[in-house]
Amino acid sequence: MRTADTVCGLFLVVVAAVVLVEGLRLGIGWGTDGPQPGFFVFYLGVALLASAALTVVFSIRRGADARPFVGPGQLRSVGTVFFPAVVMVALTHVVGLYVGGALYLAAYMRWIGRHRWVTTVLVAIGIPVVTFLIFEVWFLVPLPKGPLETRLGY
Amino acid sequence: MGGIEHLVLGFQVAITPFNLVMAVTGIVLGTIIGVLPGLGGANGVAILLPLTFTMSPTSAIILLTSIYWGALFGGAITSILFNIPGEPWSVATTLDGYPLAKQGKGAHALTAAFTSSFVGALFAIVLVSFFALPLAELALKFGPPEFFAIQLLTFSSFIGLGGGSPLKSFASIVLGFILGAIGLDVVTGRLRLTFGSIELMRGMSFIVAVIGLFGLGEILLTVEEGLEFRGVTPRVRFRDMLATWRELPRYWRTFLRSSMIGFWMGFKPGGATPASFMSYGFARRFSRHPEKFGTGALEGVVAPETAAHAAGVAAMLPMITLGIPGSPTAAVMLGGLLIWGLQPGPMLFVEKPEFVWGLIASMYTGNVIGVLMVLFFVPAFASILRIPFAILVPLIVFVCAIGAYTVSNSMVDIWYMLGFGVLGYVFKKLDYPLAPLVLALVLGDMAESALRQSLIMSQGSVLIFVQRPIAAVITVAALVLFSLPLVSPLMRRPRLRPSEATRT
Repeated sequence: MRTADTVCGLFLVVVAAVVLVEGLRLGIGWGTDGPQPGFFVFYLGVALLASAALTVVFSIRRGADARPFVGPGQLRSVGTVFFPAVVMVALTHVVGLYVGGALYLAAYMRWIGRHRWVTTVLVAIGIPVVTFLIFEVWFLVPLPKGPLETRLGY
Repeated sequence: MGGIEHLVLGFQVAITPFNLVMAVTGIVLGTIIGVLPGLGGANGVAILLPLTFTMSPTSAIILLTSIYWGALFGGAITSILFNIPGEPWSVATTLDGYPLAKQGKGAHALTAAFTSSFVGALFAIVLVSFFALPLAELALKFGPPEFFAIQLLTFSSFIGLGGGSPLKSFASIVLGFILGAIGLDVVTGRLRLTFGSIELMRGMSFIVAVIGLFGLGEILLTVEEGLEFRGVTPRVRFRDMLATWRELPRYWRTFLRSSMIGFWMGFKPGGATPASFMSYGFARRFSRHPEKFGTGALEGVVAPETAAHAAGVAAMLPMITLGIPGSPTAAVMLGGLLIWGLQPGPMLFVEKPEFVWGLIASMYTGNVIGVLMVLFFVPAFASILRIPFAILVPLIVFVCAIGAYTVSNSMVDIWYMLGFGVLGYVFKKLDYPLAPLVLALVLGDMAESALRQSLIMSQGSVLIFVQRPIAAVITVAALVLFSLPLVSPLMRRPRLRPSEATRT
């Protein structure tokens, strides 16, 4: 937990440094008609640097603790949600959000939820169809579509 | 005061059968929109706006405002049952609403939320009906310094009243402002923090951030805990509703205070979200049992819901009196007014009294219909929890992706949403509060331009914030709250988690 806290604090220090450089690039002084664009950004960077650095200092001084940031079993559960989600989003670029979502739902229900194939297929197809009706048909909000929707005439 | 006669005229307009049907339709649509994370009041109203062009302006505005009320009610449902705030102002409702639902008191929390929303709304509508013009005149006197002072006060309440680590709250606020600064500089038009990326030019949408931080981040935390939604299904009985109503009068002070905070904050832009947080913070501060907040205090649901709904109503006030929208949703409605051929502003009261007073009267009818409908359908909403875990988790992730995409029809936003999900997960585990980050992201541009305009007015002197009487009072209050953690270490130490307390 302490290591994670330190790492996160250091990450914020790096972010602050980037923001400071950007603020300086844009100018932090008084322009012809008021503060220059980097003025607010620069002081945000200063504030983040100060609070993140203090967090790191406190976290190092606190000493080690036994509590892990995340247990191995927990990491697995989180991974089973997150990485398939990343795959779904990547797939969306190719097959659209409806098919991507259907595959994601089916995969999760079948392998994590251990639902029967019938339930899995019905839900995994039903939800994207309902979504399609709500967004494309009733609310006229276009979502990313792939070859399947094109073949169906959308 | 001629308000009563006008109101009677308004009711004659609002209670026609067609307008009542519009109100019911709007409430149903709005509640569904509010329940779906990512489909908020503002874009829900925007999507339905074209459907109203053929209606009379009064019926159209009644439909749109009813969607707004429905979204306000609906936001509470997902906050309490799923820990996913449907709207930024229902973030504070999750803090105690979700623990209550986990304890099997979801029905109590929902009843309290709806009742509080109704009370807050009613309070604000009564004030809108009778003090519309005088209050609008006061708001007209607000310049950038007063506005920035209000922002300062909002963020100081996170530090001073937020509990947890003030240092991490501060880092969270600043990070939110930094994310908000990405994109075009509103004053000079220069690109900031984009590092040559075209995708970043549009800036970072707070809706995408909210969906990632709260939606995906919370789902990750939930699966990590191995918590199954099935285990928290509340048994909704009429008895629970009655029990809640018997308990609620005890919190009359919270109701009154939150209504006033909500109304006061709500009629300035971006008011509902800070109002709900401030109200929550004050309720905890003044409570006899502050330690219960965050673990499932009914008062912790009452305070933000009352304030958010009061603020939501109050946001309509500057729109109809001054032509300045008090919230993003009000801004969309303002666009509608122009399309219907109405010129928003004080002249509306003279030229179109039946429109203005019909709208005000419809706020009463819309909220009465709304609270009855959501209370009646509480069992239906609660039954959402009976859906198996393995369907809900991917479904919520899927809906989060849709929500992120529809903000601006952009695939990049879905990737940002995933990134915010990881950030939300890590921050939540390390006790960085997420709410101030989102609020800073929403208010960033407004706060910055208020600050810069103030400095331009004063030729660079920060003393402007204490030289103007209204700004001075607010600024001093904000500075007091900011320094609270420094001057009273006793207040902050006991709140630290056991692991952190071992150091001292």
